[in-house]
Amino acid sequence: MSTTNPPLPEFDIDPRAFRHLADAQVGVELVTGDMILNLGPQHPATHGTLRLVVRLDGERVISADPVIGYMHRGYEKLSEFRTYPQITTLINRIDWLSSFANEVPFIDAAEQLMDVQAPPRAQYIRTILTELSRIATFVLFLGEMGLQVGALTPAFYGFRDREHILNLIESATGGRFHPNFNRIGGVKDDLPWGWINETRTAMKTIFDACDTFEDLLVGNEIFQARTRSIGIIPPELGVAYGVSGSNLRASGVDWDLRRDGKPYLVYPELDFKVWTHPDGDSFARYWVRLQETRESARMVLQMLEQMPAGPIMAKVPRIIKVPAGEAWVETENPLGQMGYYVFSKGATGPFRVKIRSASFSNVSILPWLLRGVFVPDVITILASLYFILGDIDR
Amino acid sequence: MSDVSGTETPEAAVEAEPTEAVAPDPHALDANHADLQARLESALGDAILEQSPVFGMPVLRVRRNAWRDVAELCKHSLDCDYLSFIAGIDWMPAPKEGGADAASDTSSPVQPTETTYGAAGSEGRFQVFARVQSTSRHWGVTFKADVDEDALLVQSWVPVYPGADWHERECWEMYGFVFDGHPALRHLYLPSEFEGHPLRKDYPLLARVVKPWPGLVDVEPMPGEAEEPTSDAAATAEEAS
Repeated sequence: MSTTNPPLPEFDIDPRAFRHLADAQVGVELVTGDMILNLGPQHPATHGTLRLVVRLDGERVISADPVIGYMHRGYEKLSEFRTYPQITTLINRIDWLSSFANEVPFIDAAEQLMDVQAPPRAQYIRTILTELSRIATFVLFLGEMGLQVGALTPAFYGFRDREHILNLIESATGGRFHPNFNRIGGVKDDLPWGWINETRTAMKTIFDACDTFEDLLVGNEIFQARTRSIGIIPPELGVAYGVSGSNLRASGVDWDLRRDGKPYLVYPELDFKVWTHPDGDSFARYWVRLQETRESARMVLQMLEQMPAGPIMAKVPRIIKVPAGEAWVETENPLGQMGYYVFSKGATGPFRVKIRSASFSNVSILPWLLRGVFVPDVITILASLYFILGDIDR
Repeated sequence: MSDVSGTETPEAAVEAEPTEAVAPDPHALDANHADLQARLESALGDAILEQSPVFGMPVLRVRRNAWRDVAELCKHSLDCDYLSFIAGIDWMPAPKEGGADAASDTSSPVQPTETTYGAAGSEGRFQVFARVQSTSRHWGVTFKADVDEDALLVQSWVPVYPGADWHERECWEMYGFVFDGHPALRHLYLPSEFEGHPLRKDYPLLARVVKPWPGLVDVEPMPGEAEEPTSDAAATAEEAS
């Protein structure tokens, strides 16, 4: 009896046909003993189509390689073929959970180049809606983070309470997710009747929601065991990777563009606190976003008190032509630093737009961050980094 | 209060006079960024080719062989620990897609056909530009460097800022710049077998080539509009008002 295996049959097929193209792209090879696990492109923790090629030794991650681009829509190229008012429609879809906040820096850059100033009331409306988008984004996160560690209930609360904010955004702008409400020189409409009182009521709901999440998750032993000291981002490394926003503040870096950047909107007139947490782990990221949700709600209430009357549009030409020049505007968006570098040559559309989106840099730290963690923690880390795929792929 | 205002009055008066004579420069640097600019100038010396602030932000064009030194300097001496982005730009005027009969397509913004460059100038078609910021000192600076059109070689920032990895991969596939010192330049957004560099100006937007945009429907004159809007934005503003 033969002890050797029979020779493999020879197939008349190009062996390259068997090789998965994307595997070739990320340069992984099958090594005996290790296991290659494909996470995604479809995964509930990814808010879109992020694929992670993870190499495992047992339950431990040896290396992780994010494969992005499944949702690449080429907005930087498309922007060169659109006029300025048309581009706001595109950039609404970058970070689709806080679309309104995406429009603000781009419109601001065009206004700077045109030397147009939006009237104070328009600035207030913009700031309120930006903060409402932040609350909507974070409340969903506060609920979904529970889902990723196995607690189903908070997710429903998250979706339920976000609905209050989306209703407010819808009643003011007409769009739940894609308001497309900013115009160069102001905003499209004034706030509807009764909106301010409705917003006050909704902010109370948000404070209650934050208390609920604090009771359900922050104080929960299982949640703490799953998130504390998991996925620690050291501050100096996070900064060098370009991680920004709440993720960076959760590592103890006291940096918020609303306070520290070039003054924009009405943030210089507001009194607010920038929350930081020294730990830098998944729990800290959750905690910082919880505090920032409350802080945003406080800011909205503050702005409703201070809101001036007056026009909502400055005088702008009917056909927008932006004088030649370049401008860089960065804002503190819910997910982090968002910026547009707009190059204009005096036409009705920009010559080039560089879109700096927050999640792109936030996710680029993943190969470093996931090395050595256990498989279940991969999901917690992904969820706590909180990225939107549209914000990575643009 | 009266003491404070009394001491500030002479300074305010000195500052107020020139601003009344000429409109304030929107590009002027604040004290913090002027300090940064002075430090950069003294440290870099003749590595700076040109500079011009843009809306309060210093923009410096540096020699391309000093590209990595600039990053080292910013990170280690100027507290610019945060890498915002690295990107490229192609200054070639955009060819009108659709060829000679493209006059019917009025929906696309018509860009000027002569080559002009942005702030701090350029020597050729391609440039790489990047922005670093400081989280502690709250300042930031944009650097530009010319990229030789024949060599397309740029020094990589990955040894200085690990976050430069993905930005340089994106820049490589979109413009074809090769980053010297990058660990693995491979496709980021596009499929691995993709050919061409989509963000270059001579790369057409394929959707418009396949089917021209029906731009004519949009150019009916508005009722009551006397004449076509002039190219001067200010004149149009007066009409609209």
